[in-house]
Amino acid sequence: MLLIPCPYCGARPELEFAYAGQAHLARPQDPATISAQQWADFLYLRDNTRGVHAERWRHTHGCGRFFNALRDTTNDHFLASYRSGEPPPSLPPDAGQAPP
Amino acid sequence: MTGRFRAASGGFIDRTQPLRFSFDGRRFAGFAGDTLASALLAHGVQLLGRSFKYHRPRGILAAGAEEPSALVSVRRDQARYTPNLRATEVELYEGLEAHSQNRWPSLAFDVGAISDLLAPLLPAGFYYKTFMWPRRAWKALYEPYIRAAAGLGRAPSEADPDRYANRYAHCDVLIAGAGPSGIAAALAAGANGARVILCDQQAQFGGSLLDDADPSAGSWLAHSLESLRSHPRVTLLARTTAFGYFPHNLIALNQRLTDHLQNPAAGQPRERCWQVRAREVVLATGAIERPLVFPGNDRPGIMLAGTARSLLTRYAVIPGTRAVLITACDEAYRAALELQQAGITIAMIGDVRARADGAWAQAARDAGLPVQTQTTVLGTRGRLRVKAIQLARLDAQRRLIGAVHSYDCDLVLMSGGFTPSVHLHSQSRGKLAWDDTVQSFVPTQSAERTRSAGACRGVFSLSGARDDGTAAGAAAARAAGFAGGPTAPVPERDGAMAGFAGALPLPQGALGSKAFVDWQNDVTTRDLALATREGFVSIEHIKRYTTTGMATDQGKTSNLNALGFVAQQLDKPIAEVGLTTFRMPYTPVSFGSFAGFTRGELFDPVRTTPTHEWAVRHGAVFEDVGLWKRARHFPQRGEDMDAAVARECRAVRSACGLFDASTLGKIEVVGPDAVSFMNRMYANAWDSLAVGRCRYGVLLGEDGFVLDDGVVARTAEDRFHVTTTTGGAARVLALMEDYLQTEWTQLRVWLTSTSEQWAVIALQGPLSRRVLQELVEGVDLSAAAMPHMSVARCRIRGVPALLFRVSFTGELGFEVNVPSDFALAVWQAIHQAGAAHGLTPYGTEAMHVLRAEKGYIIVGQETDGTVTADDVGLGWALGKNKPDFVGKRSLARPALCASDRKQLVGLFTTDPQLVLEEGTQVMQSPGQRPPLRAIGHVTSSYHSATLDRSIALALIAGGRARLGQALSVWTAGGEVAVEVTSPVFYDPQGARLNG
Repeated sequence: MLLIPCPYCGARPELEFAYAGQAHLARPQDPATISAQQWADFLYLRDNTRGVHAERWRHTHGCGRFFNALRDTTNDHFLASYRSGEPPPSLPPDAGQAPP
Repeated sequence: MTGRFRAASGGFIDRTQPLRFSFDGRRFAGFAGDTLASALLAHGVQLLGRSFKYHRPRGILAAGAEEPSALVSVRRDQARYTPNLRATEVELYEGLEAHSQNRWPSLAFDVGAISDLLAPLLPAGFYYKTFMWPRRAWKALYEPYIRAAAGLGRAPSEADPDRYANRYAHCDVLIAGAGPSGIAAALAAGANGARVILCDQQAQFGGSLLDDADPSAGSWLAHSLESLRSHPRVTLLARTTAFGYFPHNLIALNQRLTDHLQNPAAGQPRERCWQVRAREVVLATGAIERPLVFPGNDRPGIMLAGTARSLLTRYAVIPGTRAVLITACDEAYRAALELQQAGITIAMIGDVRARADGAWAQAARDAGLPVQTQTTVLGTRGRLRVKAIQLARLDAQRRLIGAVHSYDCDLVLMSGGFTPSVHLHSQSRGKLAWDDTVQSFVPTQSAERTRSAGACRGVFSLSGARDDGTAAGAAAARAAGFAGGPTAPVPERDGAMAGFAGALPLPQGALGSKAFVDWQNDVTTRDLALATREGFVSIEHIKRYTTTGMATDQGKTSNLNALGFVAQQLDKPIAEVGLTTFRMPYTPVSFGSFAGFTRGELFDPVRTTPTHEWAVRHGAVFEDVGLWKRARHFPQRGEDMDAAVARECRAVRSACGLFDASTLGKIEVVGPDAVSFMNRMYANAWDSLAVGRCRYGVLLGEDGFVLDDGVVARTAEDRFHVTTTTGGAARVLALMEDYLQTEWTQLRVWLTSTSEQWAVIALQGPLSRRVLQELVEGVDLSAAAMPHMSVARCRIRGVPALLFRVSFTGELGFEVNVPSDFALAVWQAIHQAGAAHGLTPYGTEAMHVLRAEKGYIIVGQETDGTVTADDVGLGWALGKNKPDFVGKRSLARPALCASDRKQLVGLFTTDPQLVLEEGTQVMQSPGQRPPLRAIGHVTSSYHSATLDRSIALALIAGGRARLGQALSVWTAGGEVAVEVTSPVFYDPQGARLNG
């Protein structure tokens, strides 16, 4: 069970959270004006990252807030977590190599 | 009394406490501190089991958890019957009743042993190659008989009556394994106040020290344990296996609490599953001795050298009278020396290697023991116990040196060296690498905050293991924030336990009989050779094809030999063959331990509505809807479900019915931007909804498909009371929160789940107004003042209520929302007031029929995540003039407006009494031959008492253009013709609704 760093509550066990998919996919401001292809990409195209992945979590059984986290998909290490709407923090180049 | 093969003194057994026990009905006695295996061996009983596939007689091979062969069942009573326990781990208690497995009629004479003679017909993969046809034989013959012939113990016949506990714990340093390095690590880590948990799978701490006859080892152990026991921040857990390593240093421990007790206290948990979140972990899991692979290496009396040492040192058991040792490792000479001192004749020590110049080998020679090098084994003899072993010497070209000698013996000891137990390190996704010195795979980079110490990383010497443990324990404590403490040099890996992996060489041209690699799954060198001959090269594939390493012991004694043998066959170094993946659990864990408290009533929460007890009293039959218990129907004396549902439906259509709809999800949407939020979220237009009115709302996913629905009331300018489906309540709230928190953050809106706060009592039917009239105050129920789809605040029998005029039946209807605490009183008041008007409580089944008669959909029944609002006839609900709402853009995608989309229609069967199966596929036209292409499927199907015939709703391609068409449906009784109708079967004008 992962230990997930909620930016509001601190580290809590995975049981308290719901995964919410890839982060930083803003809903188009005016969907009517974009092409069918652009809309389909927004709906269905997701990264399948090997390495650092920006993703959304919701602390469902805690504060209830959605937030973003950077997780290394090769070892499940969480490298950062931050509030929705904030840009991902920049990481040192060797981030994620050592256990968290 | 307690065994002819017991030394007069010594061992960790308590000779003042004799214990009686039975094995296959025979009575024996042992001592407290014995295992079942040691107590039986003390009586000279070497035959403990039959092998999995060939039913070969087997004794014990190993001394502990890695034992592959001696699997037994222990019975306390009918329900407390535990199969597949390792006899080497079963602790003796007074009255213990054990049984051997996989034999009939008896262990000594087993009919199943015929399969040993049939072995040429049972090669690797025989199951897949042989039992392919005829197809019918699978069910009749192969599954019941062949599966039964191969196997382990049987499951208990009754439910497990015991309690299993669960505990969460946190610590600074968790140490798995209490051998010399684990104990040293605990002493070092605990020195500066770190909270330490030290666990070991055995009843006694000490690991290899317990097998060590050197008194200084015992005194260090006693002194160290004394110190740890008195340490306030060190927790010692015996009989506790660290069996699983999960991400972020969560370690699962299985603690066995009562299996060693004669009379466990009532209510005492039998096992406890610990989930420990450790800041730092030290793995001190030791190493496991490897067998040697030679023809006939599995007879009872053939065991690992260390097993014999353990029997002698720990249990004072003398495992034979005349022994031959065959070894590739210096350590094994020690066993020969100690056994000789105990009076066992050592007939020969055959060393596999070209030279045997280790310290213990020299000591053996000095003690006058016969030693020869370049030795191999050609075979063994003996049916239920080994009687003789044939040794030969080979040169590098596998040519015989001198003659073949046969040695009579009743004990064969073997040692192929020691394999570090890297299971937990590997489970934690740490990396492994082949080490030439250790001649095995050892841990390298850790993926977690963990480190290995001692034999499990290839540091075997006692002093080295202790130093390694001290260094690892101190490092772990430092990393957890506790500096200082003792230090020790970090020792290098040593080759003291390096040995041999693979099969011992045979003279050129010799065939030899079965040489076992995996004892538990009966995998021989022939099986592995066959696999490589058939073209398998990946060790993962070879493992699955031959099942080597796939038994309940997961190849603890066999994996490296399998790798070594495959490497020999493929002519590659072992490092290139690679290693299979280690998975949890390290040793088998009972289901009870995993389940813990979550069984029976505690398996899942049960949600009940406020009228639940009333419904129970009135004979309701319940159905599970998610976690909810919902009254399905209220049968009266002698009624079956069909009769009850028909009566309930007729009552609603002719008088009135009472229904508990409290399970509906309810969300309060509040704030200055509430209407703007609703406009974006739901597909409908909300600006035009006046306060005091409600509207049927449709929620789409961003992909344009129907996600949920429900009535939405505007109870104030800035306040909406949104209802959702029963199952969708949490999902819809989460979706709303998602958009509010991450997309429309500027909206001033707050969302509150009120599902549990409001109870909903539906009163439906032409007489419902008359019933309600008598009970409410502060509201005018007339059609003019309170038309269909309106909402009002009022009081009902003094209870504040939110009253909806809505209908899910097509009749005049109301839904009374009251605070849950008052719901039962209000329900009873309505029930009482309605008695004179024929008011009838109805359940979810009648509700389903009534709504289907009106063509009202149920999300999840008519929809399945690929259905648009237009598909199910709800196109009218969409706020098409709104610039945007969730899912709107998708509705313009070509696939979602295609004319051949499946659309909701009604179906009438020709035979009005035939009720179709829900889910049935619908074909284009009757009389076609297969293969047929379905053009749709039945989503709902009932007998309608109102229409006195069956009705069905279906999604049919281009369905709305097919009204009147004849289609075909296949049923269990053959092909049936159906006619496409409107999905609204009853009162299509809605006159009754607006009455």
